[in-house]
Amino acid sequence: MTVRKNQATLTADEKKRFVNAILTLKRNGKYDAFVTTHNAFIMSDGDDTDRVGHRSPSFLPWHRRFLIEFEQALQSVDSSVTLPYWDWTADRTPASSLWAADFLGGTGRSRDGQVMDGPFASAGGQWTINVRVDGRTYLRRALGAGVPQLPTKAEVDSVLAMSTYDEAPWNSQSTGGFRNHLEGWRGVNLHNRVHVWVGGQMGTGVSPNDPVFWLHHAFIDRLWAQWQERHPDSPYLPAAGTPNVVDLRETMRPWNNVTPADMLDHKKFYTFDAA
Amino acid sequence: MSQLTRRSALGITATAVAGLGLAGTAYAATSSAPAHGAVPTAGDEHTGHMGGMDHSGHGAPAPFDEVYQGRRIQGAPTMGGEHAHHGGYSVQIDGKELHVMRNGDGTWISVVNHYETFTTPLAVARAAVVELQGATLVPLA
Repeated sequence: MTVRKNQATLTADEKKRFVNAILTLKRNGKYDAFVTTHNAFIMSDGDDTDRVGHRSPSFLPWHRRFLIEFEQALQSVDSSVTLPYWDWTADRTPASSLWAADFLGGTGRSRDGQVMDGPFASAGGQWTINVRVDGRTYLRRALGAGVPQLPTKAEVDSVLAMSTYDEAPWNSQSTGGFRNHLEGWRGVNLHNRVHVWVGGQMGTGVSPNDPVFWLHHAFIDRLWAQWQERHPDSPYLPAAGTPNVVDLRETMRPWNNVTPADMLDHKKFYTFDAA
Repeated sequence: MSQLTRRSALGITATAVAGLGLAGTAYAATSSAPAHGAVPTAGDEHTGHMGGMDHSGHGAPAPFDEVYQGRRIQGAPTMGGEHAHHGGYSVQIDGKELHVMRNGDGTWISVVNHYETFTTPLAVARAAVVELQGATLVPLA
């Protein structure tokens, strides 16, 4: 059974295997296909148009399915690998072991934002940014530059306390629901703010170019699971009949064979290391 | 820096704005259908609303054309449906399209700054210039 662990607890061997599996997917082209898929949804999901991956109720089940697919790709390389999560309420500085040279490498240099250490530094020759919005082919970060502070545990708790999953108009303007506050278009801003804090490609539509994308979303996914535990009587919404929005039992692009209802129970696919 | 700022303030030219308007007309000519459900665009010929106001009463943001930190940034409402999911507005940096999107509350994001909102297309263009650090935009599939 797949157990997703806090990245801070990984052994040196687990880090090495995770990194090597990612580099293998990069070499064989499968990694960039995930970046392409994500960006296609980023560009097409609009507040007043069909929206599936972002700014909509299916933000959470869509990314859950997307991460499962990526994790399965990793496991096709090394069956021992699972997706770790980054609890950015706890590991909240560039000095975290997450950003060490034996794992994801650190922030970018000031001149051009280029990451200079770790397995994903351009100089290592194993991490070229191919799916990109501008001419730069190197991984960039500016940890803490775009916004000074990552969300705190108290801010996370304030969002987990919201009992309604989502509400009309089911987009970035939804004011009273858990989903949009977790996504970050309203309120204290959790998910969006972390993208901005990392900077570089993580702040763009091609954010999966930075492997931290998966650890960030694995933690967002865990927060969804924690919210479900706190609010067992709060269903996914909307239930049915909503234009441009994925209802509970409607299929999601690009897979077209999976619904939000299929994604509600993560324990069918993986568990977490701690409750 | 102060010199660039002064150039920015003086950089608005009517000819370039007219050029963007022509590009918008070209988009309209190749667009086969009105964009469904999108924010209505200023002068959208499918709806027949000319003159810069849409159904919901949001004014279309004004065109702009300036040099900001050494980059030419331009923005103008688009004429057709094809770009309607961008909010009916086209932004270019040194002549290359910057994919932008209008949120339901009228704020803006771009593909370069996707997870933070800006009040105007001009602000999102300037933020992109800062983020690009001189790099050239490339077309996205």
